[in-house]
Amino acid sequence: MAVEASPKTAALARTRTGRRQLSDGAIMNLFIWPTLILLIAMNVFPLFYSLYLSFTNFVVTANKAPVWIGVNNFVDILTTEQMWQYFATSGKYVVLSVGLQTIVGFTLAMLVRSKFRGSGVITTLILVPMMLSPVVVGLFWKLMYNPIFGFFNYLLGFMDPATGPDMIASRFGATQVPGLALLAVVLVDVWMWSPFVMLLVLSGLNAIPDYLYEAAAIDRASSWFQFWRITLPQVMPLLLIAVLFRTIEALKSFDLVMGLTGGGPGEQTELIAVHLYREAFAGQFRTGHSSALAYIILIIVIAVSNLYIRYLNRAKGEG
Amino acid sequence: MSKKLFTFLSLLMTLSMVLAACAQPTAAPAQPTAAPAQPTAAAAEPTAAPAVSGAGVKELKILWAQWDPADYLQQLAKDYETATGVKVTVVQEPWGTFSDRFTTGMAAKGTEWDMVVGDSQLIGTGATSGWYVDLTDFMKTTGLGDSVTDATKKYYGEYPAGSQKYWAFPTEGDADGWAYRKDLFDDPKEQAAFKAKYGYDLAIPKTYQELMDIAKFFTRKDQGLYGVAIYTQKDYDAITMGVENTMFPWGGVWQNDKMEVMGVVNSQQNIDALQFYRDLYDCCQVPGLSNAFYNETNDAFLGGKAVMAMNYFAFFPALSNPKTNKFAAGTSFFPNPAGPTGGRGAALGGQGISVISYISPERQQASLDFIKWFGQDDTQTKWAALGGYTCNKKVLQSDTFMKAQPYNPAFAETMTFVKDFWNIPAYAQLLTVSQAEFSKFVVEGQGTAKEAMDNIAAQHDKILREGGYIK
Repeated sequence: MAVEASPKTAALARTRTGRRQLSDGAIMNLFIWPTLILLIAMNVFPLFYSLYLSFTNFVVTANKAPVWIGVNNFVDILTTEQMWQYFATSGKYVVLSVGLQTIVGFTLAMLVRSKFRGSGVITTLILVPMMLSPVVVGLFWKLMYNPIFGFFNYLLGFMDPATGPDMIASRFGATQVPGLALLAVVLVDVWMWSPFVMLLVLSGLNAIPDYLYEAAAIDRASSWFQFWRITLPQVMPLLLIAVLFRTIEALKSFDLVMGLTGGGPGEQTELIAVHLYREAFAGQFRTGHSSALAYIILIIVIAVSNLYIRYLNRAKGEG
Repeated sequence: MSKKLFTFLSLLMTLSMVLAACAQPTAAPAQPTAAPAQPTAAAAEPTAAPAVSGAGVKELKILWAQWDPADYLQQLAKDYETATGVKVTVVQEPWGTFSDRFTTGMAAKGTEWDMVVGDSQLIGTGATSGWYVDLTDFMKTTGLGDSVTDATKKYYGEYPAGSQKYWAFPTEGDADGWAYRKDLFDDPKEQAAFKAKYGYDLAIPKTYQELMDIAKFFTRKDQGLYGVAIYTQKDYDAITMGVENTMFPWGGVWQNDKMEVMGVVNSQQNIDALQFYRDLYDCCQVPGLSNAFYNETNDAFLGGKAVMAMNYFAFFPALSNPKTNKFAAGTSFFPNPAGPTGGRGAALGGQGISVISYISPERQQASLDFIKWFGQDDTQTKWAALGGYTCNKKVLQSDTFMKAQPYNPAFAETMTFVKDFWNIPAYAQLLTVSQAEFSKFVVEGQGTAKEAMDNIAAQHDKILREGGYIK
């Protein structure tokens, strides 16, 4: 017996038929291509365009077409002594900052690993600095470092600004202390990002099976032995990921420095990313030259990242 | 799979390179040579003032930095709307991003604004890049060029220097001066103690040496009181402007008539002036002001830490206002004192108003009509009464202006001896060098004044030669 379909059912059937007309490939393309086009327009195109510009003398504000000058920009950057100084400052900053963050972050993770009353609240509070804006943190710490009313000197016990440190000015009393301003930036970066290292290490620590420690305890292994042979190797892959992220970020560090010291005093905290900003913007707009510098920084970041990844794979037993 | 991936990536790269090639502003000839020298004169074809009517234009937009004078201009513009029916909106951008927003807008040949009140240092870039309408004839035919002081016409509007070609009408005159604690200066006990120590009366310093004596006299670390609050910030141009306040009175300059810098930047006058600035910082600067600009020096004064504070006149209203300064009744102002040989000078601030060349001729004409109205003596009188720093000669000399604000006499005097930093398109590169070297010597305490000035001279010389400004 034939049953007449209602208009609603017929419409539904038509819609279903219509949907069936779109193949899986077409649906896939519908999802993929808008994303790809956006990616090409916003990421890939600027990437290659800036690569092209790095071989030109283009100044974005000059209202003139770019003129091809070959590798002149790269040669100029790599043969300028001042540039090497900026790279060296960035290197010092990365080593000090990431090194201290690793130690502090790991220590904090070990401390909050075991559950105790209020450990959840304490862990959350420790994470607060990394949730703040770097520029705000920079400005906030600028006040903290103030030798007259800042808490930093107060906590160190220096009540008299004439005899205490002026971190941003790189002075201790009336004496100049080279490197003190860079240390000031490093300390703030450590304060801000150690929680990030702690977070990753903590997840690694929580993933270590208890039976490993139980077996070690049965074998009467010392705490140091357990740490060295169980904890550290088990946490190492996540620790290396944390170090990798922090290294990449520290190499690109800009906003914190601008908020805190503006690259000064002198050129003590003029990191390469800060200098890149000055060349690309800040009235200079040396677009071609700054594109070349940006590519050199990118190559360094990729090279350093590859070293880490190779070590990471080895730590995971895949290398 | 890897073959597919390779094909895909190749296609992606090709597509990007094609897009990149298409994105070039114009077809550029391939020249495997070094970057060509930038000419010192205007490179882009200047846009002459239009010969059309702007009657159909009902709204104009002016870009300016976000600060009190921009509010005053917005207030003044209401009178223009009442008189002509043309609404004028002052678009305000914070100082920190003003330059970037404007220059990127111009790089895109934007028509978002009809006029800009731009920094004096931008004049060269604006003129050579074709951003601004040439106002030379407009300034002559309307007589506006003769209505303002020569120094402001030169530094806010002229490019290249000495060419008598004008790209902006002087709008907000500004320069550095000093605020001081008159209540402390007038205290009989302080006066007696000062005279006993230095052998002359405690009064507004006539020379920088007197300023140093006063600064040392009032620096009492046990009381949390310090002689001065001076510019030290490295980020943009603060410390260079601060040092200029001693450089110019010492007779120093940045370049000679041929734009040469070797032996000029590192002249003995400039070296001595820089050494003086460092000595002033070492002896008497409020602690913590190692990265200080207008906010920080004002804050030190408002907090009662500094007896004398260097700042642009535009930031002095906050110091004479009892609502913001508890020492307002005892606060007064003076211009930069003379150098060791009696020379006067002050770092220039302030801006001129320019017409954007990318807007339609009708809008350009409407903008010129507004500037013509703004430049009239009556409007300038109102502008000054609102709090704007007029550059109009008649208004500056009037009794009304002199008595309107406690800092106006010092401002009027300062505007007769102001000087500026470079305003050529390469100014930002030159500025980066001086900022770093001054900060290194004054704040970080590294090297000597001679080494700092020698380094600046050598680097400026290199930049100017590479840019084709000197041979």
